Amino acid sequence: MAGSRGRGRSQFTFNVDALGFGRGDSLPTSAQTPSPLFPPMQFRPVPLQTGEEVDYMLALKQELRASSKNLPFHIKAARTKTDVARYSDKYQNGELKNNCIEWSPDWSRMPKELCIKVRKPRKTGAKPQLKQKPKVAAKKEEVLQKLETLEKREEEQHSEEEEDEEKKKQNDEEEGPDADEDYDEEEIEDETDYIMSYFDNGEDFGADSDDNMDEAVY
Amino acid sequence: MTAQEVRLCGLLLQEHFGDVVEKVGTHLIRSGVLTLRALAHETKLPLDLVKKSLCVLMQHGMCAFGAGRRGPAGPVEYHIICERILHMLRYPRYIYTAKSLYGDTGELIVEEILQRGQMTMSSTVKTVADRLTHNMPEGQSMDYSEVVSAFSRLVETHFLQRCPPMASAESSSSGADNTPLPAVTQPTEPEDHPELVNSDVNLRWLNCIYSGQGKRRRSSEDGEADPRAAKKAKTDSSERGDEGIYWQVNFQRFHLHFRDQAIISAVSCKLDQTSSEIVRTMLRMSEVTTPTHAAFTQALSANEIFRALPSSYNIARPILDQYLTLLVDDPMEFVGKTGDSGGGMYVVNLHRALANLARATLESVVQERFGSRSARIFRLLLRKRHLEQKQVEDFAMVPAKEAKDMLYTLLSENLVQLQEIPKTPDYAPSRTFYLYTVNQLPTARLLLQHCYKVHIGNLIERRLYETKENKRLLEKSQRIEAILASLQATGAEAAQLTEVEEMITAPERQQLESLRHHINKLDSSENQVDETIFLLESYINSTQAPR
Repeated sequence: MAGSRGRGRSQFTFNVDALGFGRGDSLPTSAQTPSPLFPPMQFRPVPLQTGEEVDYMLALKQELRASSKNLPFHIKAARTKTDVARYSDKYQNGELKNNCIEWSPDWSRMPKELCIKVRKPRKTGAKPQLKQKPKVAAKKEEVLQKLETLEKREEEQHSEEEEDEEKKKQNDEEEGPDADEDYDEEEIEDETDYIMSYFDNGEDFGADSDDNMDEAVY
Repeated sequence: MTAQEVRLCGLLLQEHFGDVVEKVGTHLIRSGVLTLRALAHETKLPLDLVKKSLCVLMQHGMCAFGAGRRGPAGPVEYHIICERILHMLRYPRYIYTAKSLYGDTGELIVEEILQRGQMTMSSTVKTVADRLTHNMPEGQSMDYSEVVSAFSRLVETHFLQRCPPMASAESSSSGADNTPLPAVTQPTEPEDHPELVNSDVNLRWLNCIYSGQGKRRRSSEDGEADPRAAKKAKTDSSERGDEGIYWQVNFQRFHLHFRDQAIISAVSCKLDQTSSEIVRTMLRMSEVTTPTHAAFTQALSANEIFRALPSSYNIARPILDQYLTLLVDDPMEFVGKTGDSGGGMYVVNLHRALANLARATLESVVQERFGSRSARIFRLLLRKRHLEQKQVEDFAMVPAKEAKDMLYTLLSENLVQLQEIPKTPDYAPSRTFYLYTVNQLPTARLLLQHCYKVHIGNLIERRLYETKENKRLLEKSQRIEAILASLQATGAEAAQLTEVEEMITAPERQQLESLRHHINKLDSSENQVDETIFLLESYINSTQAPR
């Protein structure tokens, strides 16, 4: 480039006309600032479509958005207790727990590892058959859950209570080795200071069968 | 998945399913395939929440699972199906189409199934019937059989399809109840199961439920049926007999319908109403016979078209022939002639029609953004492929300086590309041809990404911003409406009602009004952008379709 400068000074290697300005014109001013964030538009945008169809779809969209917030698929994380656990939490939070799923999918279509153990409400028909002794250890948790649900619900059936009473006594007998486990589960479940297995709410006074002479009857 | 698409998916998940699912979903999209433990660890969410989110996503068909890299014995891996999430944009359109085709009943059926992902037929029918009864005047109730007939019509025309049954892994096919292994069930593709879209099988099924023989006849169809599900259904005698048969919306079919609608409206705009009716008849006749990604419909003879025309259009046979000739000669090439038997065999060129529609979209975008002269240059380049700068000025009949200016603007927006053709091995500028060109497919992709960006960045985020700014006001108005509604329900006097209404001051009312107006505008813009997105997506998919 330096060598050919003397000869034909204003010769460029490309066709100057294609640039868009002649030799004498000044170069366009260089940019001093970045281009504006919202540059002014040359042409206004076309107005939106209107009509019955459009309005209907608009209403549908807003309705879908609103109703999807109420479906059980809308998952809100349980609020972690940051400071002191307050008494009102039990009533305000609506029992938002992480480990329960509010709808029941078809577990056969999903991998087993996704199945969250939900606390099942008591099954009236199925329970009487599950009294096998060797399986009491496995049933302890269910029994404790059942006890708790029994307390929370108002209706109590007679026969169920008798079974529970018997199983509870079996639990008491076997409580030795698993005392700690029982303590933790019971206390966490009920949030009271009283240990469930010691609690006798007195409603089966007189309903006990006379075969059980373990406890003194006053 | 481009960055814009990932952002849009995240916003859609957040809107419909909450923050937790959004976090899980976006992370899974970005990582590709993950196991449950890895996902929980990386998102730092509690395991139960992750499980719940995955259940929600799988219920809606947005997440799929499969045997991991270590084979069936290893942990299950999950991945997200992104198109399914993007289909959420179009839910109002699907529902409206169902309404226009099958009335209110069809609309409610499709709405229920869309909101819940997959449902059994009995629960759908029950919910829809209850909703319809609720809206009817007192004393009337919706007949289940009407809902059932609407449902079966939707299935017949393939708008609803059955969810593919899960094929159990080999080792757990028998005795699956007792194995403690995590049963990795493989989801199967709908294409592998022609019985899913075969309406006869399903109709026979539907009839047998509702004609009182409600007990399970599933064994004849689901050879690989889960024995677990079978056992479960036997014990629940109170349930209807269709456990495990889930129905989902067939999005492909809806998209084909939208595509047909677009073609028909294009024909009616370009030519006239009668030609669009002819094209509509042709498309309707070949609805179920044309495979999904076909480039042309099945060939139809002119005689068949004549017989199939709706009776309201009684045009004479020679006039039909003239119309068909016109359609074939039209430069848009919607209809093509493939033979002469039966009075002439005609096909609708689907892919070409889509390409033309996409091209029209591109041209109109350029016109609205840069003016009609730039649009003229753009159209010129589309037709003539490669042109030099001088030729552009001459052909477009635009003064040189303006032409340069417009070309450079289009170039900076990437709508036009520059192709260099050197005359000599060194690319000396004086000895190189510089040709301007427009490639339709990459430009369409660019525009599609623009649409996604517009949809998210401008529309959804702006709407969220506006809602957040005025949250206090919105909550107040909601509370007041609730109070009013309860007062009215308990029969309060007019004075009390006006007193409650005055709790919102006039400037607040105005603010609320303008807020609603803005949100409505943003929402309907979203719907409109989605139409463009659909068109461009169909065009791009048609070019990618397997031959």
